[in-house]
Amino acid sequence: MEKIVLPEIKDMHLIDVYLANGGYSSVKKAFNQTPDDIIDQVKKSGLRGRGGAAFSAGLKWSFMPKSTTKPKYLCVNGDESEPGSFKDRQILEHNPHQLIEGILITCYAIGAKIAYVYIRGEYHKFINFFSKALNDAYEHGFVGDAMREKFGTDFTCQIYIHKGAGAYICGEESSLMNSIEGKRAYPRVKPPFPAQYGLWGCPTTINNVETITNVPPIIANGWEWFAKIGEPKHPGTILFGVSGHVNKPGVYELPTGTLLTELIYNYAGGVPGNKKILCVIPGGSSMPPLRGDQLEEIKMDAESLKAAGSAIGTGGVMVMDEDTDLVKVLTRITKFYYHESCGQCTPCREGTGWMLKILNRILSGSGSSNDLDLLISVANNIEGNTVCALGDAAAWPVKYMIERFRDYFETRVNTVTKLPIANKVHSLRKSVIPL
Amino acid sequence: MEFKFTTESLEKINAVLNRYPTKQAALMPVLWIAQEQNGWISNEVMQETAKILEINPEEVLGVVTFYTMYFKKPMGKHHIQVCTNVSCMFRGAYEIYEGVKKKLGIDNMETTSDRKFSLEEVECMGACGNAPMIAINEEYFENISSEKVNKIIEDLEKSA
Ligand SMILES: Cc1cc2nc3c(=O)[nH]c(=O)nc-3n(C[C@H](O)[C@H](O)[C@H](O)COP(=O)(O)O)c2cc1C
Ligand code: SF4
Repeated sequence: MEKIVLPEIKDMHLIDVYLANGGYSSVKKAFNQTPDDIIDQVKKSGLRGRGGAAFSAGLKWSFMPKSTTKPKYLCVNGDESEPGSFKDRQILEHNPHQLIEGILITCYAIGAKIAYVYIRGEYHKFINFFSKALNDAYEHGFVGDAMREKFGTDFTCQIYIHKGAGAYICGEESSLMNSIEGKRAYPRVKPPFPAQYGLWGCPTTINNVETITNVPPIIANGWEWFAKIGEPKHPGTILFGVSGHVNKPGVYELPTGTLLTELIYNYAGGVPGNKKILCVIPGGSSMPPLRGDQLEEIKMDAESLKAAGSAIGTGGVMVMDEDTDLVKVLTRITKFYYHESCGQCTPCREGTGWMLKILNRILSGSGSSNDLDLLISVANNIEGNTVCALGDAAAWPVKYMIERFRDYFETRVNTVTKLPIANKVHSLRKSVIPL
Repeated sequence: MEFKFTTESLEKINAVLNRYPTKQAALMPVLWIAQEQNGWISNEVMQETAKILEINPEEVLGVVTFYTMYFKKPMGKHHIQVCTNVSCMFRGAYEIYEGVKKKLGIDNMETTSDRKFSLEEVECMGACGNAPMIAINEEYFENISSEKVNKIIEDLEKSA
């Protein structure tokens, strides 16, 4: 099977091995074409973002203004903090030069002379791997001022690593930019979008590490080649990270459209003890959970998962066996969003805390049936009412897990407290049900 | 306690300043350099950082408190971080976390009296495929168990 992002070549992280396998020839090829040609090819290839929203990469690049006197920037998103995601680190460790080459091509296409690679602070080790590769690329003249001589072009580009310091929200693109600017990393209100008003108010493109790593092979082999791999509407391969109750957790690079069951049973080795699957979150903890008894025929690509009632997200597949305590899981997920909310918008800041309190109440055994409705109501009041999508990310697991596993949750709440709707929230504050 | 950047740190800071069009943008890297030198971000560190970057100390405080990895108090020599997020939880993270608490006699964000160890319950560290995991300072220990963690801690105890 074709591996585009993580080819099975030993020591590919070394520049000599990368060069021996045709490395840095795509960027040469790209420099012989116009930036518009490159954008056009990436658009036609159908490459969609691997950072969560699956937005067309070429289309995003085409939003960058052509005639501007301002500098332009590329931000490469390696914040990778979504629970269940552990794929970008594989690229930083095993194929850093393809990422660097992808950055060069992207910068050329959008006209950026500086790229910041934002890597989460916890990834010290992977920052070191990438930094080593970047130094080698500089020394060989592939990056920086030496590019002029190396490639015989006027285009040069600097690549800098920006190390995060422990904040999930910095993966959100506008928060990431504020983080680079040295401000509190509050997400920005959009519009204006980054292509108009990004880093320091200049045109900026933000792409995920995996998205960018796909670019050199597209230029090398042509967009037609890429467009034929996997599902036509979401072509290519994805680094699926499988975790939880499976025999062989890990990262598997597979074509889009691979069956979820095939991923779990054939690649990840099935569930320990041959237990049944209760629940699967297919794209990182923010995505709507799926019922274990409804996994047949679900394909792993953006469109198919949308049709199945979830989303591809970061491709982080979390598998839960039949003995899993879903109340505990949902409480833990909610605790995460409560902890990571930047506090800028009231629905997200307060709502995540309320949901956590109610879930803790259910977990302690004093929940009621009304609490389940209350949770959904709080989630609905967060969703769509916030500056950034962390609000939705916090609301979806709660809303969909309760809706889809209502039978399960009903068995975990015992008392039915008949309260008028207006009193429900009040009841959280005092009396009736102790918190 | 007074704080001054060492010559070595100042050299690193100068290199970092070249990467950004504004001085403020160097704030996060400068804080990392400061933490490497001082072990944590004290008020004096923030004052000094603000001076170098020509911004208000309040702005520095705002950034320091936004992130979990800049320490607002001195931590132990070996800072143990236990991930308890779901993928690790499925594979026994809470047992490990409780075990470390008991073994060291400290709670979340506390430090042992000899300042050797500190403990932090952390969110997903991106090691879900090798769960459960802990990190000690900058190093990841993946695919671990309570026994392995005990052994790691005991070895560290012996090693001074
Ligand atoms: C709360 C939140 C966290 C996010 N975290 C990440 C992340 O860690 N890595 C990432 O690539 N994208 C993350 N994103 C998505 C980014 O905002 C952005 O859409 C993405 O980096 C764009 O790259 P792509 O088009 O190549 O996917 C996050 C979004 C939100 C709302
Ligand atoms: S939705 Fe939450 S994380 Fe996003 S800006 Fe609002 S408060 Fe901050």
